[in-house]
Amino acid sequence: MSSLAAAGPAKAKGQGAARSGFLPYLAGKLGAALVSFLVTLVIGFVIFSLMPADPVRTLTRGRPTSEAQLTQIRLQLGLDDPIWRRFLTFVGDTLRGELGYSWQFQQSVSSLVADRLWPTLLLMGSAAALSIALGLWLGIRSGWRHGSLFDRIASGASITLWSVPTFWLGMILLVAFSVGVGPIPSLLPAGGMSDPSLPQEGWAHIVDVAKHLVLPCLTMVLVVFAQYVTVMRSSIIDEMGSPYLLTARAKGLTDDAVRRRHAVPNALLPSVTMIFMHLGILVSGAITVEAVYSWPGLGYLTYEALRIPDLPLLQGTFIVFSASVIIMNLLADVVYRFLDPRVRAQ
Amino acid sequence: MKTVLEVRDLTVTYPARRGAAPARAVDGVNLQVRQGEIVALVGESGCGKSTLARALVGLVRPTGGQVVGDGEPLGYSAAALKAYRRHTQLVLQDPGGALNPRQSVFDAVAEGPRLHGLTDRLGERVHTALAKAGLRPPEQFAGRFPHEMSGGQQQRVVIAGALALEPKVIVADEPVASLDASVRGEILKLILELRDSLGLSALVVSHDLGLAWNIADRVAVMYLGRIVETGTVEEVLLRPRHPYTRALLSVLPDSGEPPVLLTGEPPDPTSVPGGCRFHPRCPLRAAEPDPRCDGLDLPVLTGDPSASALAACHLVQ
Repeated sequence: MSSLAAAGPAKAKGQGAARSGFLPYLAGKLGAALVSFLVTLVIGFVIFSLMPADPVRTLTRGRPTSEAQLTQIRLQLGLDDPIWRRFLTFVGDTLRGELGYSWQFQQSVSSLVADRLWPTLLLMGSAAALSIALGLWLGIRSGWRHGSLFDRIASGASITLWSVPTFWLGMILLVAFSVGVGPIPSLLPAGGMSDPSLPQEGWAHIVDVAKHLVLPCLTMVLVVFAQYVTVMRSSIIDEMGSPYLLTARAKGLTDDAVRRRHAVPNALLPSVTMIFMHLGILVSGAITVEAVYSWPGLGYLTYEALRIPDLPLLQGTFIVFSASVIIMNLLADVVYRFLDPRVRAQ
Repeated sequence: MKTVLEVRDLTVTYPARRGAAPARAVDGVNLQVRQGEIVALVGESGCGKSTLARALVGLVRPTGGQVVGDGEPLGYSAAALKAYRRHTQLVLQDPGGALNPRQSVFDAVAEGPRLHGLTDRLGERVHTALAKAGLRPPEQFAGRFPHEMSGGQQQRVVIAGALALEPKVIVADEPVASLDASVRGEILKLILELRDSLGLSALVVSHDLGLAWNIADRVAVMYLGRIVETGTVEEVLLRPRHPYTRALLSVLPDSGEPPVLLTGEPPDPTSVPGGCRFHPRCPLRAAEPDPRCDGLDLPVLTGDPSASALAACHLVQ
């Protein structure tokens, strides 16, 4: 900001004071995040140890297995160890990044998660970016002119789409644009992330992936953007009563400038919280959307793990998802401090 | 003395909500503020005084009549309004709310000058405004945020923000109503000092007659969208003529008169009574009914400050 230079030493001093308090603040938040993560590990361990499914039976289902073989497998899996040792092994492995070995895929969970992370980030990232941009824009516009025709159409449409079940909307879009209904030809691929018959690199591949991305991304955006519309709209309406907007108008700011410079930055705070919550659950993907479109992401992986159930894989994804929520919360706390001077004072 | 701000036959009517009549918030007002003069506009809640204040700074567009700043009728094009902002500035009641919580003091005060292209030696201008508003040394306050200051300091920042544009008039809507009693006196003193040192004029809106007594040169009493009595502070507060003013003064603790409690419905700008608009609650009319009270409309007071005290009442003229 240009004001920094003009404000002179006093301002620099004021900000320096605020920054010196930042490291203790960050340390506190980091500590809290670490505690949350350890609690998550305990919960993850307890839940998956208490699962009524017997891992050995699940593994050997449908195959003739002798009693001796069963004992051998139990030994290999460490199921006979005392529970505290199993817990310590689990925590140690997790902290080293080893999330166990998937029964179903016969592959380490870490490598499975790594493989599926990129498709999920692509789908969920693009859906999040679009829904945030669309939702905030609509929310600001409809809040600023609430009661107008624009507001009624935007709010009505977003609430309607929000109430639609994700899988149903996915199916409808799939039928309409992929299978093709009546005059609508089959425009887009039905599932997966790329066409295996095409080369897996270069421009053709990128275009192919983009085509596969359209429907799942659209489904996600349509279901999610309403949250941003409603939160942003009501924050804007809250801010509109604030006298400082009147002060700004009296100084000569136009209506647009008052909205852009004063109302929106202050009204954004609740939406920022929501954005980070949204980013936190991003990697967990949308199980329903990924399942409907067979999108090879983490959500689909969870779905596949649930069917067996593949306990190490479920446990691994559980930890990855929790960690991502915790990290995003931490980031939200840090960003908040920069956005809201009042948080700095606390 | 030169007139720096004037309204002529001003009316502001808010459009009707569904099923209700339109609200005549300001219903014919003449008022003049001369250079270096402090005028207090007093009245109870809902009498239209805040609407009148907003119309004076051009935030509410009048339905009829004119706002005249510096001899020229105010136009409502974007450019005309912007030019007018340098002439008349607004100070609001709640300083905590009147400042953007995300703006530092420097940015809050600099916003006006930046907008009006007064960026030449901006730092100096801001510091001067802060010092004029009593925040000394200004360097110490420039980097602070509103939540780091007391209510009185916040109000000084709001005033500095207005002063940074070097206006001729400040319209202050209940400038001390939300402040602690100890701080009120300081802010009122500041307004008086600004009048004396800069020749600044002020229109102070208040429901507090004591405040009017302390700082005002002239007082205008407003009831249901009209000014019912106007004159110098001594004329209006020591020798009130209009029964409404007398009732307001009689309930002050040290008035020495038996309190007159107004009866009847609180005034409603969506149904203004005919004749004298005060007649349904008037103690004088209750004592000696007169057919003119509910039958004959009163003329709008001229608002000429050189005339002696004026009261809009059939019975006392």
